[in-house]
Amino acid sequence: MSKTEIADVDRSLYDFIKPEEGFERIEDGLTPEVVKAISEKKDEPEWMLKMRLEALQKYHQMSMADNWGPDINGLDMDNIATYVASGSKQADSWDDVPTDIKDTFERLGIPEAERESLAGVGAQYDSEIVYHNMREEVAEQGVVYSTIEDALHEGYEDMIHEYFGKLIPMTDHKFAALHYAVWSGGSFVYVPEGVDMPYPLQSYFRLNAAGAGQFEHTLIIVEPGANLHFIEGCSAPKYYVANLHAGAVELYVKDHARLRYSTIENWSKNMYNLNTKRARVAEDGVMEWVSGSFGSHISYLYPTTILAGDRSSCEFTGITFAGNTQNLDTGCKVIMNGKDTKASVSTKSISKSGGTSIFRSSVVVGRKADNATASVSCQSLMLDDISRSDTIPAMEVNNPTARVGHEATIGRISDDTIMYLMSRGCSEEEARTLVVNGFANPISKELPLEYAVEMNNLIKLEMEGAIG
Amino acid sequence: MSEQLLTIKGLTAGTEDKVILSDINLEVGAGETHVLMGPNGTGKSTLGRIIMGDPAYKVKEGTITFDGEDITEASADKRSLAGIFLSYQAPVEIPGVPLYSFLRTIADKRPDLKMVGRKFRKRVGEICQQLGIPESFLTRDLNVGFSGGEKKKIEMLQLLLLKPKLAILDETDSGLDVDALSVVSKAIAAYKEECNGSLLMITHNTRILERLQVDHTHVMVNGHLAAHGDASLISQIDAEGFERFEKAAEGDAR
Repeated sequence: MSKTEIADVDRSLYDFIKPEEGFERIEDGLTPEVVKAISEKKDEPEWMLKMRLEALQKYHQMSMADNWGPDINGLDMDNIATYVASGSKQADSWDDVPTDIKDTFERLGIPEAERESLAGVGAQYDSEIVYHNMREEVAEQGVVYSTIEDALHEGYEDMIHEYFGKLIPMTDHKFAALHYAVWSGGSFVYVPEGVDMPYPLQSYFRLNAAGAGQFEHTLIIVEPGANLHFIEGCSAPKYYVANLHAGAVELYVKDHARLRYSTIENWSKNMYNLNTKRARVAEDGVMEWVSGSFGSHISYLYPTTILAGDRSSCEFTGITFAGNTQNLDTGCKVIMNGKDTKASVSTKSISKSGGTSIFRSSVVVGRKADNATASVSCQSLMLDDISRSDTIPAMEVNNPTARVGHEATIGRISDDTIMYLMSRGCSEEEARTLVVNGFANPISKELPLEYAVEMNNLIKLEMEGAIG
Repeated sequence: MSEQLLTIKGLTAGTEDKVILSDINLEVGAGETHVLMGPNGTGKSTLGRIIMGDPAYKVKEGTITFDGEDITEASADKRSLAGIFLSYQAPVEIPGVPLYSFLRTIADKRPDLKMVGRKFRKRVGEICQQLGIPESFLTRDLNVGFSGGEKKKIEMLQLLLLKPKLAILDETDSGLDVDALSVVSKAIAAYKEECNGSLLMITHNTRILERLQVDHTHVMVNGHLAAHGDASLISQIDAEGFERFEKAAEGDAR
């Protein structure tokens, strides 16, 4: 028998392209005029425009980070449209969403998921949210789920002014500056004190336009004792020009509050995914990240948790799957400042067909963080000899009472394993898929059912192909 | 000539650079029980793996015919679905794949078993009871953290679930405690009774054979089949060991 080759596959489920006729597209390039045009469209308060212009200036002043990660020279900012919108109004009924766009989300199963298991849904198409709705009983409890643009006009301007851009400063890195200059769409979620959300909220981000960027901003505030599960999904069709995603996610978890943030990211393989996510957790608060990275050409993604309050804790569960032409540099960062804080990181990475998957973790235990406990575990699976997996853990411990541990394993699927499964009737491809699904199983267990199914499908799609 | 289930003709095989088996001829009829014995490292397990279609070994000469089809070049999954089963000495562990869903996957590959939905659940429950396998095993990951004996029980569970036409048991009985050995014996008896399947037992331990009606015994020495006989050959080997056959083989070589 000759060697197995697993080819890239039909991703038609995600790969359809809708025409962009009649859409508004703001000129390529980054000038104060472009930024002013975006701000004007949104009828923003003066401080927001000021912030945008300041960020733009910073963007032009800042240099690219040192060359420590995947190469992003293929990204030419002069060819990225920073704003593309259908011009349709935001709807709260799918019937009012333009047919092409509605069809897109139907195909991705969003309205169905909303009917079955979600408390609210937001759907962004290119630069603007096209659909937003939340169950009435949730709204009655004072929960706010809208776009930041709408929240600014609907009485939350002060709150947004207080929190927006504070966890992730515009000077964080060059693409953070870019984000603040041209951000559009995203979500604003406010869960009042003590409100326990029984169902998740979900935002789905679809980038349909070629050569465009998506710069959504997500701001979530979970007040003391409240509980929220927020789900974020992303996908895009494949183009031969570069697309850019530079979103920002700022999460505030107050005393005794709990937030779970789940992401299944399936950008197409021409996407530069330079996303920044950060959470700040107060006393006794709990932050849980569940993160699945399957798509994009290049990813830089390291969700960060600041355990500021005593006894706060976080859990990060992640999986990254890098195939042909993909270089996914993912990981997470935990900064432990409170006493008796706990952090647990568990990740899996899979690489195949020449893909590169690098996992970086950074745990920083502050001087005052007595009795901090952190454990980091990373397992990598390489499906062939031409792929690469690596794990780069970093720990900085500034308090002698801390207990920190790290374990990493890098493995391959043994021939004996494949033979065993084949001897029971599985084809070689099925055998490999079974092993990979098994490897990913601890992560899919953490996902809501329909996302676990989607993840298994994504793995199956990645694994399918000719055996020759 | 009676219809044979498995026919191996003039088989010479080994790894890429080494011949392990030479000129093997073997016929196994439907419903027959064969025992393959021989000293350690003589190629018995290799023969089992080659019949199963392990790509780690190459057939250099000869043919393997199963159920009227030449399967010399067929992949292991095709052979499995055609009705060959190999119970491994050391079954592999597969994290994240629960035993129950694995059983369902391999049962689903065989529509002839007609084991869907409740029927499948019922059958698995029956076998577990028959073999004294705790149902809690079903939710655990395939072979992960199981003892050697427990792994063999799980192999036997699959044997009874899949009902192959030919079961090759590679040292299934070796290294087992009394309890596990009795489970394996029970499973073999049930397999013979329920499926009237053919059996090729690879062993160097004659105890498990006491409860079996053996039709043919083969002795392998240095990759050759050095002797054939009926069940009486077993007690002979039990008394005298393999020395006689090894000497004869050396004599042939000279």
